Amino acid sequence: MPRYLGSLMDSIFLYSSLYLAFLMVLSLIRAMIGPTVLDRMIGVNAIGSKTVVLLIMIGFLYHRMDMFVDIALAYAMLNFIAVLAASRYFQKRKGLYDEALYR
Amino acid sequence: MDIMNIIVCVLLFSGLFFLTGGAVGILRFPDFYSRLHPAGKLDTLGSLLAMTAFALFNLHHFSLGALLTSLKILLIVVFIFLASPTATHGIVDAGVRAGLAPWTKGEKRR
Repeated sequence: MPRYLGSLMDSIFLYSSLYLAFLMVLSLIRAMIGPTVLDRMIGVNAIGSKTVVLLIMIGFLYHRMDMFVDIALAYAMLNFIAVLAASRYFQKRKGLYDEALYR
Repeated sequence: MDIMNIIVCVLLFSGLFFLTGGAVGILRFPDFYSRLHPAGKLDTLGSLLAMTAFALFNLHHFSLGALLTSLKILLIVVFIFLASPTATHGIVDAGVRAGLAPWTKGEKRR
């Protein structure tokens, strides 16, 4: 048996993180097909907020919580600043209507 | 499996339930403005429930370092509660200033 399947809570965290990765794929679909550039930003923002939860769960899987919680905090701040900067940049009309991947 | 792990599992699964609602809503809502509704609220609530579960589970073997780590997890929750609605407001403000028209009933879904 692998080490990360040792206890029941560890396997619960493992399959929850796999399910969370599946949810991130769903948000990535919106970031791909979103007709405007702001839809893509919604998808990227949703992926970022799920990534914080996923990082904490990876910390439980590796039993290094003290390290991964700092990484998650830094990632939350970085994601917030990136989304704010991108939304300030894209408030011009550029790229709002003619960016559909599938028409 | 004691009572603490059951509480952690209930909180974690309800958080994953709300995150699922957020992901499905982002995929299926017809408009950019209406897509911000699940992106802003459900992700925040799902993150809150899941992070509370992690902070409780981290206190399983109690020590001062574990208490500090749980406080940091709660600090992430406070930051998400401040930052996620602000980011959503920034995105919708960009849409309003760019003059993106909202979807009305009867139009094609975008």
